[in-house]
Amino acid sequence: MKIKLLAAALLFVAVSAQGADKVKIGFISTLSGPSAAIGVDIRDAFQLAVKMNGGKLGGLPAEVLVGDDQFKPDVGRQLAEKNIRVDKVNFLTGIVFSNIMLASVPIAFENKTIYVSPNAAPSPMAGKQCNPYLFVASWPNDAYHEAAGQHATNRGYKNAYLIAPNYQAGKDSLTGFKRYYKGRVVAEVYTQLGQLDYAAELAQVRAAKPDALYIFLPGGMGINFIKQFVASGLSKDVPLIVPGFGDDQDIIRPVGEATLGLFDTAHWAIDFNNAANKKFVAAFEKEYRRLPTVFAAQGWDTAMLIDAAVRDVKGKIEDVEAVRKAMKAAKFESVRGAFKFNRNQMPIQNYYLRVVAKDAQGRLVNKTIGTVFKDHGDAYVQDCKMK
Amino acid sequence: MSLILIAEQSLNGLQFGLMLFLLAAGLTLVFGIMDMINLAHGSLYMLGAFLASTFVELTGSFTAGLLLALPATALLGMLLEMSLLRTLYARDHLAQVLATFALILIINELTRLVWGSDAALPMPGALSGPVDLLPGLPYPAYRLLIIVVGLVVAVLLFVLVTKTKVGMLVRAGASNREMALAMGVNIKLLFTLVFGAGAALCALAGALLAPLLAVQVGMGENILILAFVVIVIGGIGSVRGALVGALLVGVVDTIGRAFLPILFGAFFQPRVASAAGPAIASVAIYLLMAVVLYFRPQGLFPARG
Repeated sequence: MKIKLLAAALLFVAVSAQGADKVKIGFISTLSGPSAAIGVDIRDAFQLAVKMNGGKLGGLPAEVLVGDDQFKPDVGRQLAEKNIRVDKVNFLTGIVFSNIMLASVPIAFENKTIYVSPNAAPSPMAGKQCNPYLFVASWPNDAYHEAAGQHATNRGYKNAYLIAPNYQAGKDSLTGFKRYYKGRVVAEVYTQLGQLDYAAELAQVRAAKPDALYIFLPGGMGINFIKQFVASGLSKDVPLIVPGFGDDQDIIRPVGEATLGLFDTAHWAIDFNNAANKKFVAAFEKEYRRLPTVFAAQGWDTAMLIDAAVRDVKGKIEDVEAVRKAMKAAKFESVRGAFKFNRNQMPIQNYYLRVVAKDAQGRLVNKTIGTVFKDHGDAYVQDCKMK
Repeated sequence: MSLILIAEQSLNGLQFGLMLFLLAAGLTLVFGIMDMINLAHGSLYMLGAFLASTFVELTGSFTAGLLLALPATALLGMLLEMSLLRTLYARDHLAQVLATFALILIINELTRLVWGSDAALPMPGALSGPVDLLPGLPYPAYRLLIIVVGLVVAVLLFVLVTKTKVGMLVRAGASNREMALAMGVNIKLLFTLVFGAGAALCALAGALLAPLLAVQVGMGENILILAFVVIVIGGIGSVRGALVGALLVGVVDTIGRAFLPILFGAFFQPRVASAAGPAIASVAIYLLMAVVLYFRPQGLFPARG
């Protein structure tokens, strides 16, 4: 009996000693429902990065706790509370949607746990509500849309019709588009988040006959919209512009040839020629037998950013201030090429014009055809008090 | 605002309304005849869509898959009725709500186990383009198919309920259950059959809408709420009420989404309009329900006199 007790005690000590020697990541994402493809891509790329690192981040064994927020802010919040209070994670990451992020991350900030966003970067958090514990590995919510607005201006479209879901990122997106679009906005339509039938909206577009149609409809919403847009015959009359993820691989797979020739704007493309990207694209395709999306690229970069920070503090992740400093330096090879963090800890980077075309093997992919913005930050940083 | 636009939006409203009718018809009969609130009705809609996706994949034919999904879902519905729901008839509504809500969760998780969280049901290739209805009015062929099927089913149901013996028994059960029992109607069998028919209609709606929307776990809950709005507007237990209610909800929802933001834009500042328009449009059908209930608390066509 005594021996057993002793053994148990030893085991306990061993386990808890080991507990200090690993990095725990809470990964909350939308992994079911029509918008699941986004979360799945981020998760797969993140886990692939950890795997390629030999199961480690910054030299420490990494434990990634994956949770599905089911596209519901309350579920996201519950998972975040569990990750912070019970699992005591060192980093939180993974959330796709701004509304879920806004509900879930404050608890991380209160507990001085760093949240690394692989996607959402709502405008309030770029400005007044900027937070020392928030790092954005993707792009500020407005950025793709600002680039798309600039592209529409460059093309000389006289008027444009805009559609987005009625939530924070939807409003950010159209605000961003209008900031750089010099033509006339025919209409600005906000649909319900998660809406899947766009018959009524498409009929309005047909009647308005705009020079260009810009949509921000992430995930399943966009798949349904583009399919219904083509089925309605509108695609012959109205040029459609989308943000970079609006016609990426997760949309191209279900929609097919209808995406050919669509223009979009993004901070990354599959054909980027840097070494980090080549390694990432090849590894992703080999592991999952599909091509990566911008979301996957963001998931990969998120893992690499954490990896670099943990490495640079030499594994002393208890010192959150030191980790923050190391994060801010962002010393890693991003698949997007060079970028740096702004004062509000959101990226300053280039944005590119892409078009869906066939690659050498006849597959539909996004090809980079130009640069829309160079070293572009966001419009909210002056409201951020952080230094 | 052109006539073409109004015509197109009316067709959209009609298409949405007819699909709601397929769901509401079964729900209203179950509620009207058995006095049973079945929240799991939406789960049958979901099961219908998942079954259709499997059968379409197995047979390689959209029509065959659809036709197989109907009896399969009806069978599942009848099994559910005989095994579980039957024991709930004598209970009060709260017990029924609790039990059938639990069923939603159980069926959702079972579906996730069997199929995963979503499935694919592609649109038949021949119907994936537009058809020119009038010069300048192309309309998606697939939506036209939905309208035609919806109208045919509505007519068939109307004939079934008003002209046949089974229909007479159903109406008798809906307007006075005890009297129908006293007259020697085999209520047990009738209930099971009605439940099966309701499940088949659910499957039809689920399978038809799947290529337009998405086959996913939880797809039944949102549309179930709309189906309840429909039967409350139409009058519980009345198939005619369900049809009128469904068309009203379909048209009001479409018009609300299409025209309310424009209307608000004409009267208010753009900032207010862009915030209030979509908000009001998303509650338009509930406003409709409130107005109907204010003037006709029993709904438009109450089955019980």
